[in-house]
Amino acid sequence: MSDMRELYQEIILDHNKKPRNCYIMDCATRSADGHNPLCGDIVKVYLRIEDGVIEEISFQGHGCAICTASTSMMTESVKGKSVAEVREIFEGFHEMLTGVAEEQGLELGKLQVFEGVREYPVRVKCATLAWHTLNAAMGGDDESATTE
Amino acid sequence: MTAPTATVPGPATLDVDQVRADFPALHQEAHGHPLVYLDNAATTQKPLAVIEAVRTFYERDCSNVHRGVHLLSQRATVAYEQARTTIKNHIGAADSREIVFTRSTTEGINLVAASFVRPRLEAGDEVLISTMEHHSNIVPWQLLCQERGATLKVIPIDDQGDIVFEEYERLLTDRTKIVGVVHVSNALGTINPVREMIEVAHSRGVPVLIDGAQALPHLRVNVRELDCDFFVCSAHKAYGPTGIGALYGKREHLLEMVPYQGGGDMILSVSFEGTTFNEPPHRFEAGTPNIEGTIGFAAALKYIDDLGLDNIANHEKQLLNEATEKVLALPGVRLIGCAQRKASVLSFVMDRVHPHDIGTILDSEGVAVRAGHHCAQPVMARYGVSATVRASFAPYNTSQEIDALVAGLKKVREVFG
Repeated sequence: MSDMRELYQEIILDHNKKPRNCYIMDCATRSADGHNPLCGDIVKVYLRIEDGVIEEISFQGHGCAICTASTSMMTESVKGKSVAEVREIFEGFHEMLTGVAEEQGLELGKLQVFEGVREYPVRVKCATLAWHTLNAAMGGDDESATTE
Repeated sequence: MTAPTATVPGPATLDVDQVRADFPALHQEAHGHPLVYLDNAATTQKPLAVIEAVRTFYERDCSNVHRGVHLLSQRATVAYEQARTTIKNHIGAADSREIVFTRSTTEGINLVAASFVRPRLEAGDEVLISTMEHHSNIVPWQLLCQERGATLKVIPIDDQGDIVFEEYERLLTDRTKIVGVVHVSNALGTINPVREMIEVAHSRGVPVLIDGAQALPHLRVNVRELDCDFFVCSAHKAYGPTGIGALYGKREHLLEMVPYQGGGDMILSVSFEGTTFNEPPHRFEAGTPNIEGTIGFAAALKYIDDLGLDNIANHEKQLLNEATEKVLALPGVRLIGCAQRKASVLSFVMDRVHPHDIGTILDSEGVAVRAGHHCAQPVMARYGVSATVRASFAPYNTSQEIDALVAGLKKVREVFG
């Protein structure tokens, strides 16, 4: 049970219950769809990028608590950052969930709460779907991301 | 019957402890808790009888079939063909030549689509399936319909999870070339009135394929009584190995059908000018088959017969009733699938908690369930959910295991509030 509290930390449960930046953005300059075919999680990420900086980000979709909280917290963590900075955070986040634990380099702040997910390999994709989708959105017009 | 004679009057029951002793995989811990395996609709565990049958083949009879003149090949061939006879007997077919070995239920459906329906399907024709089909009984027909310019029609289901029979009758037209319907739904547990459905289809001259993947472990199937044209199933949902399945097809159909795959064993003679194809069932069994799979399959069916399908059904019914009552007593739980006749599948959702989170928390308590769309996304769409939690029961499950499931679900509430 204590393990479950480590996975489902209060901040994750809170973002799952009240996702931030969860709306359709009419003035988006970029967007992408993300889909995890294994479990049916779906997320659409909207971006308004100006001069290489994410001025606004929002999302719509449905998924498990890990997926929803990860998407919600991602939107908070990348707002106001440059595309280059966001790519770095994405790499750090991905590394935290899939890489060798000791090699953790980047300071991820609040996103660190997802570290527990690495103990649940089948759930890693739930946490990374939003990031893959954001990456696709930053890469071009209406691309789509999949965890497979 | 080799089943032990019951000395106690009243309905026969299973000795669940004895059944559990037959399944080595049940006796382990998962995350520090005794394993509670409730994912039987995905695949069942395997009894020693099956494991030993496969082992014996490799230790003693390992050889190719239908080829060698030597002793081992003869033994392998006999075991392979005996397995065919066992399956024939188990599902009540008239003739062993009506049983084709496949890799899976899925392959059986693809085979019928390619070799039986494809040559007779023209633009404007229709294929009729139901809303509660597994993807394996949707996608092969979709591909075929796209190729031929035909239309895939879908029989609706009601809120309980039953076929709307009047709609079924209405959707059968003179353009319908085949009906493909699931006997027991993997996502809802519904047992469909396939006999009546076949009767109506036949009265309009339409052949019927029954997807029997979930029927095999739960129901006594008799293909001659059903009068189905095709019946497809796989071993692994009925205590046998993965990677082996069977297709039953009426002899007159199989004789007409074109080969599915080309290769060895499906031919009588080959030259560069042309090939003479072997008779059914060998015509549809190209290449060296999954020999040990067929032997394990037969051992699994014998195991089911030894337990007695009625005993299995009674035990599973008790478990399903008990689980339904106890799970529904929890706040915020909604069942998906409340058909009149159900196999031991309990599909449900909980308010404000996604099935995957439920699955992870149950797993941490040692309880294995399936969380997801169960390869039946149209069913999920029908009930307005993206996924469900599914607990499915087998003869080795116990009342205590249902309590473990319920305790796990209470922990889900503790975490999610």
